[in-house]
Amino acid sequence: MSIPSTGSKPLGRLLPLAAIAATGAALVAAYAYAAGWLSPERLTPASIIASFHADFGQHPGFRRNHAKGMCVAGYFEGNGLATPYSSAAVFEQVRTPVVGRFAVPGGNPAVADTAGPVRSLALQFTQANGEQWRTGMNSTPVFVVNTPQGFYENLQASRPVPGTGKPDPARLQAFFAAHPESNAFRLWVKGHPPTSSFANTRFYSINAFELVDGQGVHHLARWSVLPEANAAPLAPAAASNPNALQDALAERLRAGPLRWHLQLQLAKSGDPGNDATIAWPDDRQVIDAGVLTLESTVAQDDGPCRDINFDPTVLPRGIQVSNDPLLAARSGAYARSYNLRTREQAALHTTPGASR
Amino acid sequence: MTAPRFSLALRLLHWTMAPLLLAMLLIGTGMVTTVSHWHLTLLNLHKPLGLALLVLAVLRLLLRLLSPVPALPSSLPPALRLAAHGSHWLLYGCMLAMPLIGWAMLSAGNFPLPLLAGTTLPPLLPPNVAHYALLRSLHTVLGELFFVLVLGHIIAGLAHALLLRDGVFGAISLRRRRQPDN
Repeated sequence: MSIPSTGSKPLGRLLPLAAIAATGAALVAAYAYAAGWLSPERLTPASIIASFHADFGQHPGFRRNHAKGMCVAGYFEGNGLATPYSSAAVFEQVRTPVVGRFAVPGGNPAVADTAGPVRSLALQFTQANGEQWRTGMNSTPVFVVNTPQGFYENLQASRPVPGTGKPDPARLQAFFAAHPESNAFRLWVKGHPPTSSFANTRFYSINAFELVDGQGVHHLARWSVLPEANAAPLAPAAASNPNALQDALAERLRAGPLRWHLQLQLAKSGDPGNDATIAWPDDRQVIDAGVLTLESTVAQDDGPCRDINFDPTVLPRGIQVSNDPLLAARSGAYARSYNLRTREQAALHTTPGASR
Repeated sequence: MTAPRFSLALRLLHWTMAPLLLAMLLIGTGMVTTVSHWHLTLLNLHKPLGLALLVLAVLRLLLRLLSPVPALPSSLPPALRLAAHGSHWLLYGCMLAMPLIGWAMLSAGNFPLPLLAGTTLPPLLPPNVAHYALLRSLHTVLGELFFVLVLGHIIAGLAHALLLRDGVFGAISLRRRRQPDN
């Protein structure tokens, strides 16, 4: 191959070579920046999930958080009262099928149901037009932290100490001192003894969202599902059965369906949408948007909820994410958990006799 | 079929898709390595952009197969010829496969699919987590290969334009052709 001469000066060859090398280096640098190689302190889905592994161990095939749960199925019937605030089809007077999952927090799939005070309910509404609304709710109206970094530090402070298998109390204390925003959560838990059943528990969206009406106007809102069943405190005897909540729910559902009312709480101007540790005042307008009916339970092993990533940013038109920084972090970390556990499930299912 | 250079349509498609593809690869890489708001911002760009690039890739491949294309200069040694042809077909393969794998992967994971003119795209596959897991890994690995190919393609293109000056770059360039290249 003959390379044409580009001039008598040696610079004539050097300049193009330098330009090519610089372009290559710039592209590699751009990739390295995007991948986070240049910012090792960047919080990533992988670092959040690695913290769950460190705190709870690795349990192949299971969700990295809320690992223990059971599937439920039912439907939601909108009553039209929320349609002035959101154009989502689910709020119209229609019946929308729902797959849900009751669970308890933490990455240990064998934890006792009553080990902690918090329970969760995740729901997936599938609208007739194919759009989905996924929500992961907790039994507390506020969250313990309001940023992904705070959540990461909470996981680190909760790491079991070798020997005791429990978190270091001094480290936890230091975390709470450094995160005064966690006070609201701790006070709420102190003032609300755990309920006796999933069936009489109220679940809250934790994060704020934007409802979008037919005119495109945004309404900052939170939601909760309010049980028809009367609240009752957990009986001390229940602590002896590690599956107390699951067993009670299955038994209760055998007697007939359970109902919750979907409550949309609308913010007033000035109410923060980006802080999951601050509940809005009780006098805010609440819309009863319809009734959630859950009819049946299925063990999660091969239940319909197992393969759902309850990413709270999966929303139909008419509902959008707010600027709450926890939402993007939940989405990213849930995806990481989902990618890992689906890979593990695929491997487990090719092994005869193994199933999750 | 040979021609002095690629048709104007192919050249326009090349230079429209080039920055979009490069952006897409960086967006995809960045969106899975952050939990900041960028995760959602980039994800919301990634899906519609992927769909648009699929449409452009199909159009481009059809034009590429149907229109005359310039021959490589005879000065190019056989090994580089093979690398040039091989990498081009791999690039076309990645352009088509990446959005299709993304679409199929979301279908297999039973995720809602991006909206197109007010309706959701139809699923390419029924829900199946084993298929999801496989496609999700493939999307990452092929994306990395795609970036390496693009990197090599850009460096080779610059070498043709700045060092070899053998007319190869002129064949895809949008500049009006004056004299035949050196």
